[in-house]
Amino acid sequence: MKKEITLKINGEEFTKEVEPRTLLVHFIREDIGMTGTHIGCDTSSCGACTILIDGKSAKSCTILAVQAAGKEITTVEGIATTEGVHPIQEGFKENHGLHCGFCTPGMMLRAIELLEKNPDPTEEEIRWGISGNLCRCTGYNNIVKSIIYAGAKLRGDELPSTEPVFVE
Amino acid sequence: MIQCKTSKEISGMGHSMKRKEDDRFIHGKGNYVDDVKLPGTLYMDIVRSPYAYAKIKNIDSSEALKIPGVLAVITGKDLEQYNLHWMPTLMSDTQMVLPVDTVMYQAQEVAAVIATEKYIARDAREAVRVEYEVMKPVVDPFKALDADAPVLRTDKPDKKDNHIWHWEVGQKEETEKIFQEAEVTVKEQMHIPRIHVASIETCGCVASYDKIDNHLTMYMTTQAPHAIRTVFALVAGHVGLTEEKIRVISPDIGGGFGGKVPVYPGYVIAIAASFLIGKPVKWIEDRSENLQADSFARDYHITAELAGTKDGKILATRMKVLADHGYTDASANPSKFPTGMFSIGTGSYDYPNAFMEADAVYTNKPPGGVAYRCSFRVTEAVHAIERITDRFALEIGKDPAALRFQNFIKKDQFPYHSPTGWEYDSGDYEAGLKLAMKGIDYDNLRIEQAEKRKKGELMGIGLSTFTEIVGAGPSKDFDILGIKMFDSAEIRVHPTGKAIARFGTKSQGQGHETTYAQIIAEELGIPAKDIQIEEGDTDTAPYGLGTYASRSTPTAGAAAVMAARKLRDKAKKIAAYLLEVSEDDLEWEPGKFSVKGAPEKSKTIQEIVFASYTNHPQGMEAGFEATHYYDPPNLTFPSGAYICVVDIDSDTFEIKVRRFVAIDDAGHIINPMIAQGQVHGGLTQGIAPAMYEELIYDDDGNILNGTLMDYLVPTAVESPSWETGHTVTPSPHHPIGAKGIGESPTVGAPPAIANAIVDALKPYGITHLDIPITPYKIFKALKDKGVLDKNIVES
Repeated sequence: MKKEITLKINGEEFTKEVEPRTLLVHFIREDIGMTGTHIGCDTSSCGACTILIDGKSAKSCTILAVQAAGKEITTVEGIATTEGVHPIQEGFKENHGLHCGFCTPGMMLRAIELLEKNPDPTEEEIRWGISGNLCRCTGYNNIVKSIIYAGAKLRGDELPSTEPVFVE
Repeated sequence: MIQCKTSKEISGMGHSMKRKEDDRFIHGKGNYVDDVKLPGTLYMDIVRSPYAYAKIKNIDSSEALKIPGVLAVITGKDLEQYNLHWMPTLMSDTQMVLPVDTVMYQAQEVAAVIATEKYIARDAREAVRVEYEVMKPVVDPFKALDADAPVLRTDKPDKKDNHIWHWEVGQKEETEKIFQEAEVTVKEQMHIPRIHVASIETCGCVASYDKIDNHLTMYMTTQAPHAIRTVFALVAGHVGLTEEKIRVISPDIGGGFGGKVPVYPGYVIAIAASFLIGKPVKWIEDRSENLQADSFARDYHITAELAGTKDGKILATRMKVLADHGYTDASANPSKFPTGMFSIGTGSYDYPNAFMEADAVYTNKPPGGVAYRCSFRVTEAVHAIERITDRFALEIGKDPAALRFQNFIKKDQFPYHSPTGWEYDSGDYEAGLKLAMKGIDYDNLRIEQAEKRKKGELMGIGLSTFTEIVGAGPSKDFDILGIKMFDSAEIRVHPTGKAIARFGTKSQGQGHETTYAQIIAEELGIPAKDIQIEEGDTDTAPYGLGTYASRSTPTAGAAAVMAARKLRDKAKKIAAYLLEVSEDDLEWEPGKFSVKGAPEKSKTIQEIVFASYTNHPQGMEAGFEATHYYDPPNLTFPSGAYICVVDIDSDTFEIKVRRFVAIDDAGHIINPMIAQGQVHGGLTQGIAPAMYEELIYDDDGNILNGTLMDYLVPTAVESPSWETGHTVTPSPHHPIGAKGIGESPTVGAPPAIANAIVDALKPYGITHLDIPITPYKIFKALKDKGVLDKNIVES
C-alpha cells in the first residue's frame, strides 16, 4: 500500500506516493532522480548517503522516506547558490579534499553541520566529527584541511594556504 | 622544491594545478554506474550461498516467480544451455558464472532474479528456495595440501589435488650454501592477511543489449574497459556477441584499487539477462556482497629468512610462500608472473643471492587475489623483506637505520641488476632515508625511547625503506590473456588550439583528467585547462590495458608524451614553413617556436595548429592529431623511506601512531598536490591492514566480518596526520623520468608500522607479530612471554 508524502528537497516541494518501506536514499536517488547522494554500504557505516534533514546531518539509508514527510532536506545538489559554490565545496576543490568523489557529497554535508555547531573546530574535533563518514582514497589529511579552509571562509577569516606542505 | 619549465598559465609538469574533474564531483554531478538510468531498466539481484561448500540439490523459483514484477530467475542450468555457465579468469583459470551443481564458497552466486523494480528483485531473491547438501569445506590453505584433503576442483578432470602452481626464482644452491655457512641467520613465519579493497563504491553494471542491432552497451565499474571487452567477446562470441558489437563504458568510478579489474559473475549474468530479455539490466551489489564475494587481496603465508654477518652485512634471503587463492586463481597478474612481482623481495638492498618460491592452493573461500593498490604482490614481498631486515637488526643488536645504510644499493650502482632478475632503473635510497630521519628527528626519538623504556613505557620507532616495481610492462615479458601490456594515448588538437586526448587507461580518483593534461601541456605548450581528457569508452578511446599497478603514468602517460612529441615535430615543420626558415633555425620554448637569434620572429602553438587546418605545407597531411601505443623498455622502480613512531598504552595496549613521515621517490612529479594526495590515501590503506583490517573465516568457511560494521576501514580518527616529502631520482627508462606514485604508500606503510610496534615490544623478547596488530595480539604475545604480571582474564 503506497502512502503519499510531501517534503522539500533543496527548497523545492515534492509530493509523491511511496511504499512505506522505501529508504529515503532510494527515494531521493530513484524517485526524485537526484543522484549526488550515494550509497556505499548496507549497515549505516560509510556515510556516503549523508544529507541534511532540517539542517541536521543524517544517513539517508537509515531513514524511511515516509519519516521525512514534512521535512526540509538538503542534498549536495542544493548547497551551491546562484552566487557560487558553498565554502565547503570550495574548500574541497582548493585543498584536494577528494579523489574519486564518491564519499564527497556526504562528507561535505556532514562538514556543513559540523561547522555550524562548531565554527572554529580543532583538527581533533574535525576528525571525530567526520568519523561516521568513510573515505577510502584521501587518507583524510586534505579533507581535514578542506574543512578548516571552509571554516575560515565562513567566519570571514583569512584563508589558509592551499599549497601542499612537504617535509624538506 | 620542484622546478617548472612552463608558466602557471600553461601548467605543465610540476604545477600543483587544482583538479579539472572536481567541479562535477563537488556538485554531486559525478556519473557513477548506479547513476546510469536507461528507459525500461530491469533490476537484478543475486541469490547467494550460505555455505562454503555444498551440493545444490534443488532450486525452487516458483514462489519468486509468483511475485508481480518478477520476470525471471536465472540459474546455472539456464546458462549451461548457452554454454555461459563458466568464464575464464585473468589467470587462465576458470570460474563459475552460476553453479550447475556445487557451490565452492560462502556468498557465491547461486541464482539471479530479474524484476521491474529494485525492491521487487530483493523480495524475489528472498523467495527463491535452494536445497543444499552441505559438505566439509577446506578452509586452511596448509591443510588443502594434505594427502587426504578433498580435491575441490572436480570440474578439472586431471586435477588430483588442490595445488595450483609452483613458482621459483633465484640462486637456490648458492643461497642454501650461504645459509649453511652464515654467521647469523634469522627466520620468521608471517601471514599477510586476506583483505579487501573496500572502495566506497561497490561494483555494478547496466547491461543494455539491443536485439535489433545485436549490440551490447555495458556500463560497468571497470578499471580496464578494453581488456574486459575482449574477455566478454571471448565468453560470449559464440552466441553472436563479437567484439565490434560490444561497447564497454566505464563511467566515473568510486574507487577501484585493483578490485575493479576482474570480471565478476554478476556482470556476465546481467549481460546474459539483457541478451535474453532484450532490456537494460542493472546490477549494483550491496556492500556486504562486495566484501564477501568480490576478489580479496593478499593472503600470503610467507616464511622469510635472512643470512648475514655479525657486523650487519646482508648475504642472502630465502622466502617461501603459500598463496591461498580461494576456489579459483582469479588474480589479475601478468600471465607469466603467477606470483606477480613478488621477486622484488630483495628490496632496496644489495643482495648477492636470493631464492624465492611460492605454491598456490585452492580452498573454499572466495577467489582472488587482486593487486590491491599494489603492483602485483609487491606489498607481500616488501612486508617480508622489511620485517626480516628489522629482525636481523634485532638479532645482531644494530640500529635498523644503520643496518639499512650499510646494505643499501648505492646510487652509483644503478642500473642495478637484482639477483632475481630485475634491472632497477634508478634510485637514491640514502638520500630518502636521510631526509626521513631528519624529518622525524630520528636520533632524538631514540634518546626519548631509551628514557621511556627505563620507565616501562612502550614507544616504538619503525622503518621501511622499500623499492616498488611498477608500470607493467614491456611486451617482451608482460601480457594479460596474451594481450601485451602497452598503453595508449590519442591527441586531437582542434583548429582553435584546444585539444581532446583519449587514453586506454581509466582513472578511479587518481586525477588523470588533470595530470594527463599537464603532461601534454608540458610537451606542446597548450594550457592544461584547454585539454580535455577522456577515458573509459571503448568505442572512442584507443586500446589499452587499463589503470592498476601504478601503470598509468609509466605507460599511458609516456604514450601521451610520445604522441605529443610527434605533434611537436609536425609543429616544427609547419613553423619553419610559416616563418620561411629551416627547421634547424628554430628553437622551442613551451608554447612557441621562434627563430634562433631573432626571438621576435615566432609562431605560437595555437597559430601553428590553426595553420595545420588552414595553411599547411603542400604534401603534408592536414590536421593536428597523433596516436601512440607505448611499449615501455623497462618497468619503473619508485622507492620510499618511511618512519613511524608509535606509543602503546601499557594497560590497554591501544596503539597510537604518533607521527609518520613518508619520503617517496617517484622520479619527476607531474602534480605535487595530486602526488601528495595519492601518498596520503595510500598510507591510510597501509595502516589499515597493519592495524585494523582482515577478512576472517571460521573452520566452516563462514566469513565472520563481512560487513562494514565489523570490517574496520580506518576513519579520520584512526588515520594519523601524515607528513610527506620526496626526493627526485628520474627514471632513465621513461620519457619524462616519471615512475608512478599511487601504490608506494600502501606497499611501504604496513612494515613501518609493524616494525614500530615490534620495536616498542623489543624489551620483552617479541620478535614478530602478524598484521593486523591489535591491542589483543600485543596482550596475548606479552602474556605468552610471561611478562604480564597482571592477572587479566582472557576474553
